[in-house]
Amino acid sequence: MSMPVAANANEQPLLELDDLRVDFHTPTGIVNAVRGLSFTLGRERLGIVGESGSGKSMTGRAILDLIPYPGVVSAGRMAYRGQNLLTMDKRSRRKLRGRHISMVMQDPKFSLNPVQTVGTQIAEAYRVHHKASAREARERSLSMLEAVQIREPARVYDLYPHEVSGGMGQRVMIAMMLIAEPEILIADEPTSALDVTVQLQVLKILDDLVTSRGMGLIFISHDLHLVQSFCDRVIVMYGGKAMETLPAAELSDEGARSRRHPYTLGLLGCLPELDRPKGKLATLTRDPAWLA
Amino acid sequence: MTATPAIAVEKLNVFFGDSHVVKDLSFTVSPGESYGIVGESGSGKSTVLRVLAGLNRDWSGAVAILGESQPKLRSKAFYRSSQMVFQDPYGSLHPKKTVDDTLAEPLTIHGLGDAQARIGRAMSDVGLPASFRFRYPHQLSGGQRQRVAIARALVLEPTILLLDEPTSALDVSIQAEVLNLLTSLRHARKLTYILVSHDLAVVAHMCERLLVMQFGAGVEEMTAATLAARAPKTDYARQLLTASEGFRRAG
Repeated sequence: MSMPVAANANEQPLLELDDLRVDFHTPTGIVNAVRGLSFTLGRERLGIVGESGSGKSMTGRAILDLIPYPGVVSAGRMAYRGQNLLTMDKRSRRKLRGRHISMVMQDPKFSLNPVQTVGTQIAEAYRVHHKASAREARERSLSMLEAVQIREPARVYDLYPHEVSGGMGQRVMIAMMLIAEPEILIADEPTSALDVTVQLQVLKILDDLVTSRGMGLIFISHDLHLVQSFCDRVIVMYGGKAMETLPAAELSDEGARSRRHPYTLGLLGCLPELDRPKGKLATLTRDPAWLA
Repeated sequence: MTATPAIAVEKLNVFFGDSHVVKDLSFTVSPGESYGIVGESGSGKSTVLRVLAGLNRDWSGAVAILGESQPKLRSKAFYRSSQMVFQDPYGSLHPKKTVDDTLAEPLTIHGLGDAQARIGRAMSDVGLPASFRFRYPHQLSGGQRQRVAIARALVLEPTILLLDEPTSALDVSIQAEVLNLLTSLRHARKLTYILVSHDLAVVAHMCERLLVMQFGAGVEEMTAATLAARAPKTDYARQLLTASEGFRRAG
């Protein structure tokens, strides 16, 4: 297995986050979706796991400046390759988004435009960021569709989103996000709507991109087994805070159990396992002190 | 086995237009057993459940429940004996009805008296506090909603529960609570379950036997022990098992 290149001190991390906070000012009070999250991302696969409401998707959206009103993002530092994202104006953020940092959303059904063919949408994503003729964009899109293992790219190019299956839709989304060749890809539950076999194909594509192009990947998921087998490092989030950051291999390491945060152990304990049948599944006990 | 099976399906075939979605499927489930059906999306597993629940009336073959052969249009008595719990607790509860309304409706349909006590009992069985009785679904969390859906199925005191991916829309921690609840209810009430899921670990945890389906046909029937020992006979079942172990880098 390759070591994350970020370990190399000469290179600047792709993304630095320090004390990220996302607050929603609602009529009934302030909701703290993310409370003080810090991490750096190198050319690696970083997993973020947690239950729903733990702030994992909000973290991804905050990086892309996609937090809707009335959400407010604040941070001690938020930088993409040394460029401060906090002081950057909206226009420059917009240029960064899609071109250098992009995000694959959870559900292809709701993220693709239903009245445009998938090919047009991929080509559009390319032409927004690159000066290219329509024909060139079409050719790039076709080769991108091929790169995400779609068998008949020319046929799929002219299909509408409702005509493709879930797995294919998800691959189309990935093709669209990758055509601009971003440095960082944020994948928000990219495979949870897919069957296990298709899921592995999609992961393979993402994995190849990290290893061959040196992309940084933030993989948001609630599936501990998957994160453990796929990522290099894992951040376990609860209530908007990172409970701990650990090498993914240690999640399944019995010997490392004593060093783990009780929340991580709780999440692991409530999964049914094929090899070790359990009479009764453990349920999570949450300690309010974790959020203090 | 001498006892009448709780559910016996023989040569079940379902067509949706030109596509043959369930092909010559046969299986039996004994009383008190928990039987799993696994497969990928489009394998026809949910369709089988919908046929059993009487929600799909266009099928051929023979379905017998508790020893009685079932017509396409089910009788009221059937619905007292078999109930279904759906996948998505966000979609299966009426948003403008309180928990009380949801639980009272089956009792009214079946003309059962003593609704107050029955509703109270169903709620305490699934571990919902009595104070939740007049709440609307939007005031409940996902796990609580699924508990309401299970209580709705249990309020008629059925002997068979058809579970269609009951936990796939829930977080792992909530999944554990719901699975524990289903296990304890089954032991307390001697219920028969059919559990449809794509998660092999969940099926192995909940069921004694399971059926692997692919393209509408039954590929292999095995015991949970076979699955845990990773010793299925067919390639497809082995393939599913490998895929469920997570990602593995080549080389």
